[in-house]
Amino acid sequence: MSKAAYDVAIVGVGIVGAACTDEFARRGLRVAVIGEDVVGSGATAAGMGHIVVMDDSDAQFALTRYSQEQWQQLRSELPDDVEYEQCGTIWVAADEEEMIEVHRKRAYYGERGVPTEVLDAKALQSLEPNLRRGMAGGLLVPQDGVVYPPCAALFLMERAQARGATLILGVRVAKMGEGKLRLTDGTEISAAIIVNAAGASAPDLTPGLDIKKRKGHLVITDRYPAFVRHQLVELGYLKSAHSMSGDSVAFNVQPRRTGQILIGSSRQYGAEHTEVDNPMLVRMLQRAGEYMPGLSQLSTVRCWTGFRAATPDKLPLIGPWTGDTSVFLATGHEGLGITTSLGTARILADQICGTKPEIPVEPYLPSRTVKEYVHA
Amino acid sequence: MNREERYHFDVLVIGAGPAGIAAAVCAAECGVRVGIVDDNPSIGGQIWRGESNGPENTDASEWVQRMRRSGVAVLCGLRVVHQPEQGVLLAEDLSGFCELKYEKLVLATGARERFLPFHGWTLPNVMGAGGLQAMVKCGLPIRGKRVIVAGTGPLLLAVAAYLRKHGAEIPVICEQAPWSSLARFGLALLSWPEKIAQGIRLKRSLAGVPLAANSWPLAAHGQKTLESLTLSRAGRVEDIPCHYLACGFHLVPNIELPLLLGCAVGNGRVQVDEFQETTVSSVFCAGEPTGIGGVELALVEGQIAGRAAAGRATEARAWFGRRKKAQRFVQLLDRTFRLRPELRSLSLPGTAVCRCEDVPYLRLRQHTSWQSAKLHTRCGMGPCQGRICGPATQFLFKWGPGSVRPPVFPARVETLMGPTRQLEVQRSE
Repeated sequence: MSKAAYDVAIVGVGIVGAACTDEFARRGLRVAVIGEDVVGSGATAAGMGHIVVMDDSDAQFALTRYSQEQWQQLRSELPDDVEYEQCGTIWVAADEEEMIEVHRKRAYYGERGVPTEVLDAKALQSLEPNLRRGMAGGLLVPQDGVVYPPCAALFLMERAQARGATLILGVRVAKMGEGKLRLTDGTEISAAIIVNAAGASAPDLTPGLDIKKRKGHLVITDRYPAFVRHQLVELGYLKSAHSMSGDSVAFNVQPRRTGQILIGSSRQYGAEHTEVDNPMLVRMLQRAGEYMPGLSQLSTVRCWTGFRAATPDKLPLIGPWTGDTSVFLATGHEGLGITTSLGTARILADQICGTKPEIPVEPYLPSRTVKEYVHA
Repeated sequence: MNREERYHFDVLVIGAGPAGIAAAVCAAECGVRVGIVDDNPSIGGQIWRGESNGPENTDASEWVQRMRRSGVAVLCGLRVVHQPEQGVLLAEDLSGFCELKYEKLVLATGARERFLPFHGWTLPNVMGAGGLQAMVKCGLPIRGKRVIVAGTGPLLLAVAAYLRKHGAEIPVICEQAPWSSLARFGLALLSWPEKIAQGIRLKRSLAGVPLAANSWPLAAHGQKTLESLTLSRAGRVEDIPCHYLACGFHLVPNIELPLLLGCAVGNGRVQVDEFQETTVSSVFCAGEPTGIGGVELALVEGQIAGRAAAGRATEARAWFGRRKKAQRFVQLLDRTFRLRPELRSLSLPGTAVCRCEDVPYLRLRQHTSWQSAKLHTRCGMGPCQGRICGPATQFLFKWGPGSVRPPVFPARVETLMGPTRQLEVQRSE
């Protein structure tokens, strides 16, 4: 049995694990990161890679905005295959009621320094001619963007390795706690700090953690350059996406650099199997077709599913775990893990290194008391 | 599409090559409602394509006549893409889609050629051996063209003979297998009288065409299209000018649909029991997906599967003996046409391995698994869904196969939405 000692051992090689590894390594700590599968697989590979500022809550806004700024700073260093495109988001308002939300959102973002542009029906139509006619308008958030998440995770992980981090792949963590990890191959690792960044699987290693799997479906098409030009999200999304009751679908499409289009999205609790759930897929595509009728004639190449790590209050868990002084958490990012990975890594490292975080960390601390899954 | 939106069959057969036709005929002759679906515009599969009415192949025309008499519903130009629920398949054609409901299913999805990347293999006029033959059958003029036939497997000789008969000049047939294997293969064929006859016919039609063993393509050259080929010919390097290269490295079973349905696969082959039933109850499989064994085995397996699917187990049993004999050919083909390790080093760093996503060999080399390569280079993620680069990388890097996700072929969004439209989707609020 071999033994190795590190300052920090991170469990999980999705984008959150990769970003944390990179950040700890940057700060000169001895870091090991352990992953069962390929770097950037799991929910990282299943997600869209939308880099988006969201305002379901002030805390969600703070973390998404903080993280988005870091993506922008990183932009010049990102290799081509990360496919960072600042395509912007358009929040699509189907009717006048949703236009009220457009104006509310514009004011909220504006007060906090995020540029936006209100689009009337005509402006929306000219920016996105394949949207169904008769939409009321929308809100363009030009600084939002997209990345290809598996390559983004790999970039961060390779940079971490170049900074001295140790990557251990192809083994599972059998047990962790009290400064020790035992891997399924018999290896034992000791580390002052253990970070659980295992996404929706995090409760397997940290029992008692209140994270639920929230299944999603995505479809990718063949190449249709300029069919969609911005990430398009229906404003109903704000009302439905994080609703904890029942299954939901929302119109959410994304242009890829390749000219392909990602079509989403769906949210489901209690679905544990990875297979495509056909009624859900049908609902999701029909929803997309209502907003963008021309989609129905496009050729799809693949459908797949993934599991978001959902918390009761829609905010991630970033900080010390109350059950074990050596364990810290970086999970529960739901659908925002790609965006918030960079901010998560920063504020977690701040907590561990005792440096002052640039945004308040209290809303994300696992010690916050949460009674039940909130209904939006 | 001038089709019904929904079909319901007692036995549905996917694939109208020899195995599928035999299965459909035998099931229909048992008196049940049978449908057969194929994505080609006409029946016959890869091997009987365009020959079902011709004088050349009596087997083919006999089976096709028998199918016409048996009342099988033939649905051509229809491609199965998804299983929205147990017992239902979703299929589309150029203009529409439909649901195919079944009690029993026979998968006879055939095989495709394996391609291995080498420098210049993406040049126009470098084609699959079976692919070029199919194009000539569809009218591509080949008279007077110089065509090198290369790769491995018995298909090469059949293709060369066909092309020559249609006026092509064949300067050489390159077979990567060594003479010793080919000689053993020839000897073993003596126990199959029908194959001896085929062999004699082939030998006659290929008189004067050199067959080079221990030989394979190294690089294809040309400005806009293929102009010449560099070969490794029995240890010597040689350049030969040519108009076409017909190249295929034996066959790969089409197991994507079986995998989508959850059928267990081992060693690249669908696992079946003695009645050709897969590990998924009521789903049978016959022909090349259970192991590349040629047309005789496909016909026997099809007949067993068709009868078993129609509930005539006893009648199916009568064919077990013939299947046992025909199955020996599977191992013989495997042994004879095993790919030599030198073929792993044909790619240069810049050689495209995945043509859909333009991924060069260099970028794949650094990955340790198909999954890793797919995620980080998008190899195999294009419209061919890894059908070409998947088998190639399995050989090149010894990677395992990947999982299959719907749709099993690219399909229109409207097809996946399904024929049962719930027009108003509930607003999720």
